[in-house]
Amino acid sequence: MLTLTCPVCGVTAEETEFHGGGEAHLKRFGPGATDDDLEGYLFMRENPRGVHFERWRHAYGCGKWFHAARCTTTLQVFGTYPAQTFEPPKEICDKISEARPGWSWRAFK
Amino acid sequence: MSEPITALAGAASETGIARIMELSLQGMITLRGDLASSAVQKAATGAAEVEMPGTNQANCVEDRGICWMSPDELLILCPYDMVAANIDKMTETLGNAHALAVNVSDARAAFRITGTQAREVLAKLCPVDLSLENFAPGMFRRTRMAQVPAAFWMTDAESFQLVCFRSQARYVFDLLSIAAQPGSGVNAYLT
Ligand SMILES: [Zn+2]
Repeated sequence: MLTLTCPVCGVTAEETEFHGGGEAHLKRFGPGATDDDLEGYLFMRENPRGVHFERWRHAYGCGKWFHAARCTTTLQVFGTYPAQTFEPPKEICDKISEARPGWSWRAFK
Repeated sequence: MSEPITALAGAASETGIARIMELSLQGMITLRGDLASSAVQKAATGAAEVEMPGTNQANCVEDRGICWMSPDELLILCPYDMVAANIDKMTETLGNAHALAVNVSDARAAFRITGTQAREVLAKLCPVDLSLENFAPGMFRRTRMAQVPAAFWMTDAESFQLVCFRSQARYVFDLLSIAAQPGSGVNAYLT
């Protein structure tokens, strides 16, 4: 069972109280972008076995969006953090390094 | 004027491990805004006549109260026939503050679940730790109840008050009644 803690209201619940919002930290490419950048933004997604970063929404609770770092194979959650950031905070990355030395995900490691 | 009635005309289930009752009409006002703003706080406390609750808390006295819904939303409870006057008063108190107060009384249904095994009935339906240490009077929780959203708090050690969308009132009443059917006790939380 995937258990998440909402960093906005602090409630901990299993995943059915939340709603997954897809991959985290995507950079939007819109009008004026190259075809490759637009294709990457629209279609190219990570599908890792292991460390992954996602957006989630506390859909049945406070209604707010947040980020989660977790392992797709064990459902271990390394941490959740606010939506208002472009990259995972250092303490989350440190926690992942402790549990999964040598991990990398897109540009982050 | 047509006469306002509740969704289930006061339906009750008395034979199970907890009593389930639909409550009479309850005034409910959604107040959205910056909860740190003194205008928003004054609008809330002025209408409900109780103190501001903390995060994930509810401050309720009979049919008045303030429930913490999210970092920018409160649910104000007041007598049903006081809603219009309270919204006028709140709008005045809010002044130019960026906020919204709206009557949601007729968009909701309210239930009471009461009895020594009331905790179990909700625990069967919601992904919430309802153990005595982790859920107590004063706390407020919005969550998923089977397939629909619901919010509840405790009015005393053996009673919960629950609100849901009015259009889902029958579904919620049936859920609660079935989760409380006679002989279905798990005795997980008995002291
Ligand atoms: Zn939340």
